[in-house]
Amino acid sequence: MGLDIRTPIGLMFGIFGLLLAGYGLMTSGSAIYQRSLGLNINLEWGAVLVVFGGVMLWLGFRGGKK
Amino acid sequence: MQHGIQLGGIDYLILVIYFLFVIGIGWVLRRYTKTSEDFFLSGRAIPAWIAGLAFLSANLGAQEMIGMAASGAKYGIATAHFYWVGAIPAMVFVGIFMMPFYYGSKARSVPEYLKLRFDEKTRGFNAISFATMTVFSSGISMYALAKLLELLLGWDFNFSLWVSAAIVLAYIYLGGLTSAIYNEVLQFFLIVLGFAPLVYLGLRDVGGWSGLSARLATVATANGYAPGTWSESWRHLTSPQANPMGVEWFGMVMGLGFVLSFGYWCTDFLVVQRAMAANSMAAARRTPLIAAVPKMMFPFLIIVPGMIAIGLTYAGTSFTLPKMADGSWDYTMVIPNLLQHYFPPGLLGLGLTALMASFMSGMAGNVTAFNTVWTYDIYQSYIRKDATDAHLLWVGRMTTIFGILASVGTAYLATRFNNIMDFLQLVFAFVNAPLFATFLLGMFWRRTTGHGAFFGLISGTAAAAIHHGLTLPQNAVAGIKGGWLASLPMHTYPSEMAQNFWTAIWAWSTCFAVTIVISVLTARRKTDGELTGLVYSLTPRPKEEAHLPWWKTPAGFGVAVLVLAVVLNVVFW
Repeated sequence: MGLDIRTPIGLMFGIFGLLLAGYGLMTSGSAIYQRSLGLNINLEWGAVLVVFGGVMLWLGFRGGKK
Repeated sequence: MQHGIQLGGIDYLILVIYFLFVIGIGWVLRRYTKTSEDFFLSGRAIPAWIAGLAFLSANLGAQEMIGMAASGAKYGIATAHFYWVGAIPAMVFVGIFMMPFYYGSKARSVPEYLKLRFDEKTRGFNAISFATMTVFSSGISMYALAKLLELLLGWDFNFSLWVSAAIVLAYIYLGGLTSAIYNEVLQFFLIVLGFAPLVYLGLRDVGGWSGLSARLATVATANGYAPGTWSESWRHLTSPQANPMGVEWFGMVMGLGFVLSFGYWCTDFLVVQRAMAANSMAAARRTPLIAAVPKMMFPFLIIVPGMIAIGLTYAGTSFTLPKMADGSWDYTMVIPNLLQHYFPPGLLGLGLTALMASFMSGMAGNVTAFNTVWTYDIYQSYIRKDATDAHLLWVGRMTTIFGILASVGTAYLATRFNNIMDFLQLVFAFVNAPLFATFLLGMFWRRTTGHGAFFGLISGTAAAAIHHGLTLPQNAVAGIKGGWLASLPMHTYPSEMAQNFWTAIWAWSTCFAVTIVISVLTARRKTDGELTGLVYSLTPRPKEEAHLPWWKTPAGFGVAVLVLAVVLNVVFW
């Protein structure tokens, strides 16, 4: 198949991660985080998603070169 | 109506980006969809890990996410039996023992395998009942999604219904099965990464597993059960009275673990199609095995939230489940209410998108299975036998439109006549229950004849209906719940679940016995030559590649999966 699915997956989660982390930074200390037990879960989970997206992109890129 | 969740701009942004990616994947793939085999079988070019995740994701519909979380609240960790007993063994079995025939026979669908192995009428029976069932399932999925969005976000029912239908239509129309499969992989990761923080925050809130067990002990004793009933999976299955499921271990193992689970995972074209699209025999056999690994971890993602929700509700903290009109807890709101409780804007968008993804993957799975069975097993077999491949590809695309429209129609039907849906689901359960007996005999006993298979299936279906008609779950009214054949039910089950399991056991046993008797009484029509590749004893064993490491061979991988499942059962005994 001409499309390596890891590339769009990596791209989408990378974007989600950056959005969440960025939003988390902007809203740091806000009352919205009372819901998530005082954790800035947007920033934390956004960082996880960025890492996941990066790994997927890297795998897709490596697979494409073969 | 009061709408629980207010979405912010960031949440909508995440949702829109997801839609763009889903349709974008279909758009890119349309260039590679040139033949009917590309459209219906992904050109048999899908690598094992992708097929495996799609195999899992296609089954992750609305019923799964909402229903299993609800059961987690209602029954506790014993719900995990639907995974560890009711899925894993069957997934290993289909990979190791059945895939060689499905994939090796080059059948393009499960009904087509029945045609090759038995005869036209057996195929026709299976194709027509399966095609109808998929349309209804996808319609019910759409209905549930639109209803949920109406309740949670205040979105218009019609708008949600048509938008979700249009998105699924777009990506399947463009890229066929490949597009559905690729999106299922995307949806798989979205569901895992969207719900994982819910489990993390929930467990943190209740004080980890030990804190959760302590809270669940309160739930259990308040309902009149032993304290560990919600946090131990096997100990309370000694009698139906000892657990809220109303099931004992034999009904659980035979009814769910054997009949229902093997009937679904080994014969349902919706999942088997994903493996048939794999790029080699080895990949096809590894498909269900790869799927089994995340499958057995799903209880932690889906059932544990239900357990957290009920634990918090009984503890009288800030979180409570809503109640239904009759005063009982509305368990179906577990996931939506937990999302609302723990997720701030931002992550909330991700969680809701994951929820929508689960509905869409269920829908798309049904639609792709429907268009294949309709095009190959009904259109090409009965309507136009000499159709060219280009024509079949066109029919496939038209069928996708038709299938989606029919599902939308079903969703509207569900809004008006909810009991019709219950009735249809019941009928399909009757048709499905005996199926595995037919496949088991067909694949492992060459003497099984077409007449045997066909009449076995019919009698099994009838046996299911009769058993249902003669029995009733406790405290139920005769009608859709059973007992419609006699003025007094012949047997009363402690719960609906127990009745379902035993209906399946009766259906399977009847089909098994009748198929054997009729096969012995009727003449074999197929020669050994014709059955090569379709029956175990007449098919050369697929060579286990000796140079491969053990975990790459289906048998080695399968055993590892089973060992892991046993470990989970023991840990949560």
